[in-house]
Amino acid sequence: MYPQTLYRKLVASHTVVELDEQNVLLFCDLHLMNEYTSPQAFAGLHEQEREVAMPGQNVATVSHIIPTHPIAQRIIQDPASALQASNLKRNCERHDIPLFDTNDVLQGIEHIIAPEHGMIRPGMVVICGDSHTTTYGALGALGFGIGTSEVEHVLATQTLVYRLAEDMRIRVDGRLPPGVTSKDLILMIISRIGAQGARGYVVEFCGSAIDDLSIEARFTLCNMAVEAGARGALIAPDQKAVDYVFARVADMDTEQRRQALSYWATLRSDEGAEFEVEHRFDAADVAPYVTWGTSPDQAIPVTGKVPAATGPQRSSIEKALNYTGLAADMPLEGLAVQHVFIGSCTNARIEDLREVAAVAKGRRVAPGVRAMVVPGSGAVRTQAESEGIAQVLIDAGFEWRKPGCSMCLAMNDDVLASGQRCASSTNRNFEGRQGRGAITHLMSPAMAAAAAVTGHITDVRKLGGPND
Amino acid sequence: MTESHRIGGIAAPLNIANLDTDQIMPKQFLRGIDKKGLDKGLLWDLRFDREGHIRHDFVLNRPEFANTRVLIAGPNFGCGSSREHAVWGLQQFGIQAVIASSFGEIFYSNAMNNALLAVILPQDDVSRLLDEAHRNSTPLNIEIDVISMEVRSPGMTRPFTLAKRHRRMFLEGLDMIGASLAHKANIAAFAQHHWSRQPWVRDIARLTKHRIDNH
Ligand code: SF4
Repeated sequence: MYPQTLYRKLVASHTVVELDEQNVLLFCDLHLMNEYTSPQAFAGLHEQEREVAMPGQNVATVSHIIPTHPIAQRIIQDPASALQASNLKRNCERHDIPLFDTNDVLQGIEHIIAPEHGMIRPGMVVICGDSHTTTYGALGALGFGIGTSEVEHVLATQTLVYRLAEDMRIRVDGRLPPGVTSKDLILMIISRIGAQGARGYVVEFCGSAIDDLSIEARFTLCNMAVEAGARGALIAPDQKAVDYVFARVADMDTEQRRQALSYWATLRSDEGAEFEVEHRFDAADVAPYVTWGTSPDQAIPVTGKVPAATGPQRSSIEKALNYTGLAADMPLEGLAVQHVFIGSCTNARIEDLREVAAVAKGRRVAPGVRAMVVPGSGAVRTQAESEGIAQVLIDAGFEWRKPGCSMCLAMNDDVLASGQRCASSTNRNFEGRQGRGAITHLMSPAMAAAAAVTGHITDVRKLGGPND
Repeated sequence: MTESHRIGGIAAPLNIANLDTDQIMPKQFLRGIDKKGLDKGLLWDLRFDREGHIRHDFVLNRPEFANTRVLIAGPNFGCGSSREHAVWGLQQFGIQAVIASSFGEIFYSNAMNNALLAVILPQDDVSRLLDEAHRNSTPLNIEIDVISMEVRSPGMTRPFTLAKRHRRMFLEGLDMIGASLAHKANIAAFAQHHWSRQPWVRDIARLTKHRIDNH
């Protein structure tokens, strides 16, 4: 048989009908919804008097508008946001769709709760009205974001009219140096290939450096592939992926596990399969990366200097520097921050928080800095508390919050004031993303923690381990 | 003048690379449960300063651009968040087409699903249109014809391409969900077959939520 990429296999196994040369009707195994990109989809469905085709393949969570103050019962103060939450609940009840509601103990960010409870399994197609759905490629599931019209389409049919993407392979061999994470790797890749470097492609990551990453580190990598414009990201499922999933799927009996193992073993690109584009990187070249501009591709190693506005990107660089208040040739290291935010679907899992705690242990948040840690889900929060991570953070002067998207997009009440500079473990440094006029520097959770305890952007490798 | 297959009118130059949907429609305008009132939020930070005063120098605020129908935009227009509110806001503001050398993937699909015409031209052509727009003292008039598949300005005419499906969606206003529902029996048969081979994905959301709630 003709050698096929993993991506093509996933599309083929979910194609209900081929509509034309470019489009197929694609079956979707799991559809995730949130409170702000689904209301108009339900409204459209109701207007047309249509039913939800397969409610059990859909799940919803309140995550973007939810306050994260550490109080027992969370109440959404803003009336419009409160209406979004109650509207989601009503829609889910009406159509029998499972919901992680505002005060559900397991509530969290959609891309964190779905895999942590075993809802993402290799070989699935997973979609969501959210661009970071690419996250699930870490388990060999094809995930991608859709708009609200498409949310309505999925609700009504459990399928999507899907335009085929092209294949890109990114191979990363070698070893990541100590103190360097998959967040640094993906920031480096995006800075090299550009914010639209993977536009139109589904990217398959492979190579020894990828094999070495934990599943949670792979989530971070695939999550941010969309910041290079990718339509999807994939990593062929290996033993680590199988172990991760099997630890979370109490519903699968021995026979199903056996069946699944033999199917999942086929989920890899065949020898000789063709990719339209291939990139190669050496993991040894990666240093802690930090963004200096207003697009995720405007990133440099923390040891580097802010670029000058020259060449074809001149006007973009000028505009970005004007916004971030930086100038050519400035070092990023030593730049004072007023805020530190650790959270988001990119970096708010337990391993991320362990790294933050390792830096925070025995140290104090620097005077004049406000540092927040927002775990990605209720389960992550509980786990961090039982491991003693929460206490380390609290002792160090970090705010220990309830789960949600929070300051990743500042749609709840966690909003930065104009001119505040923030070291952030999130995924987007767009103008105004964390608050109008606020300046975001994307980096790894450990780097954000280092900024918190020193008060400025710091190469975490210089701090060494916990200070005890 | 705009007929069903033709978009015509004032074209505003907005040459910003990677203009993301956070900027096209900021978060504070995403709190609704309907599509109303999004024209207000369009490009908010570019149209208004921090005190909420109008920025008179911004192109869409200039009186001669009051009836803008087309945006001539920078590359990767609409990258970032999937929010379809960006498309609804553009349309409510009166924009019927955006011309750029590339678009964010999800934005492009969202635009097509709402019949906001996203026209892809080579960057050289986009740059020439931008030049033309800047050179003239009066706003540039552009016509986009989806039958002849051409963009016309006073200074140039350029062909563009559109996938067959998208062209039909634009011209005929297809009910996409209705069209897919015509495959209902196929979808049901597909699901049965799919679940016989991968029983562990059937009802996955409901079963999982039920299991963890009862744990
Ligand atoms: S954490 Fe940020 S990027 Fe992730 S879903 Fe929430 S708002 Fe979107």
